[in-house]
Amino acid sequence: MALEDICNLRNSCLHQNWLPASPATSFLMTDCYNLGLKGPKKSQRNNEVPLQFFIPPLLNSTSFLNRSPSSYFQGNPPVTVRRPFPLSHGTTTLGFVFQGGVIAAADTRASAGGLVACPEVEKINPIHSHLVVTSSGSGADCMLWERILTREIRLYQLRHKRCLSISGTAKLLSFMLHPFKGTDVCVALTLCGWDKELIYVCSDGARLQGNIFSVGSGSPYAYGVLDRELSWSLSNEEAISLAREAVFRATHRDAYSGNNVDLFHITAQGWHQRKRENLKEEYYRDMKKRAKKVEERKRMANELDTHN
Amino acid sequence: MEYLIGIQGPDFVLVAADNVAASSIIQMKHDYDKMFKLSEKILLLCVGEAGDTVQFAEYIQKNVQLYKMRNGYELSPAAAANFTRKNLADYLRSRTPYHVNLLLAGYDDTDGPGLFYMDYLSSLAKAPFAAHGYGLNKRFILNLPSFTVRLIDKEGIHDLEKLTHGAK
Repeated sequence: MALEDICNLRNSCLHQNWLPASPATSFLMTDCYNLGLKGPKKSQRNNEVPLQFFIPPLLNSTSFLNRSPSSYFQGNPPVTVRRPFPLSHGTTTLGFVFQGGVIAAADTRASAGGLVACPEVEKINPIHSHLVVTSSGSGADCMLWERILTREIRLYQLRHKRCLSISGTAKLLSFMLHPFKGTDVCVALTLCGWDKELIYVCSDGARLQGNIFSVGSGSPYAYGVLDRELSWSLSNEEAISLAREAVFRATHRDAYSGNNVDLFHITAQGWHQRKRENLKEEYYRDMKKRAKKVEERKRMANELDTHN
Repeated sequence: MEYLIGIQGPDFVLVAADNVAASSIIQMKHDYDKMFKLSEKILLLCVGEAGDTVQFAEYIQKNVQLYKMRNGYELSPAAAANFTRKNLADYLRSRTPYHVNLLLAGYDDTDGPGLFYMDYLSSLAKAPFAAHGYGLNKRFILNLPSFTVRLIDKEGIHDLEKLTHGAK
């Protein structure tokens, strides 16, 4: 095929998949995305085009030919690439459940060591109209796994004509991440869903359902604010301002969180995103309030003195 | 630090587990249930590494239920314990060992109550009482706030009152 030639597939192991000569190599490619299922996926849904064709050929694909399929089975990754900088998982994300639904909030700073790599990242991404996921950990891993999750959920929806439940989604994600346990994959996602469910899934394998979660380097500070004031009977505005306050306090003290705050409110009607707010303004407002308080106190102290 | 304890009586087994699900130093949940019901009269208590516990315990749970579906009768606690141990041992020398410590408690209609202690190196011991972790309350630096307690006897599994040691 001409397209094959242009994409240089003839020399890569992807070519093996068209000809069922070596199930071993096709197995390798499948395992990247197909959860270790038996047999290569010869897409029954796309005119028999093997699913692997949709994956761009890898640069060092020849090295895969020498790897035995058993190493993929056991979740053993190929050569681990050394990172040029130390990874730190700087972020503050939080989610909590209350009577009006679920609130998900996160900062927007992506840090790489001491550098602010991007001040305007979106850490909260919708999976579908009623499910939102907040991400923390390694940015690249999170983006990839969010896309994989979105794809799998959409496929489920098309195949079974209904939405997968949130606990089902979390279990699916947890099982997809399991082969990569012990490798450097680092994702910690909080799934926030419409029926007041909040599930935390992380690449270590933990899967926890709860009413309040905060993840990231700024999470202790966020927990401090949330644990004090969270209750079931908050109104929508109170809940939103509590979430904003928690993220603000976390970004104030944590060097790796900052810039803006994203807020999502998920109800039975779907998710609703609030306009992104720059925390710089919040900080100045807070400073002014404190200055005013100090003024007040000084004034009252003076008055008392003059009275005495 | 997680805690499990089991005590075998003349015709019952009493088990308790703490309720904390922690991620490094932060308690992510304080009402987490570490007991998995394998059958009407068998409980598996599982602590250890974060994802391994749930994965392994659910795997054992589903397999025990499958046995019942296939054969029409349930595995006895001793058989379930040996099955669990064999699985742990098989995975121990693979590339993906499961780092879990377990207590299996059950009531067999012929043999009576049984408590089995298993650890991550797949050792198995039937014991009258067994524990994993440090259960001290006043002296330990990390205090576990609450415990789920369950009793297994010939009637089945009963939930007992949750023990909470608050700031007393």
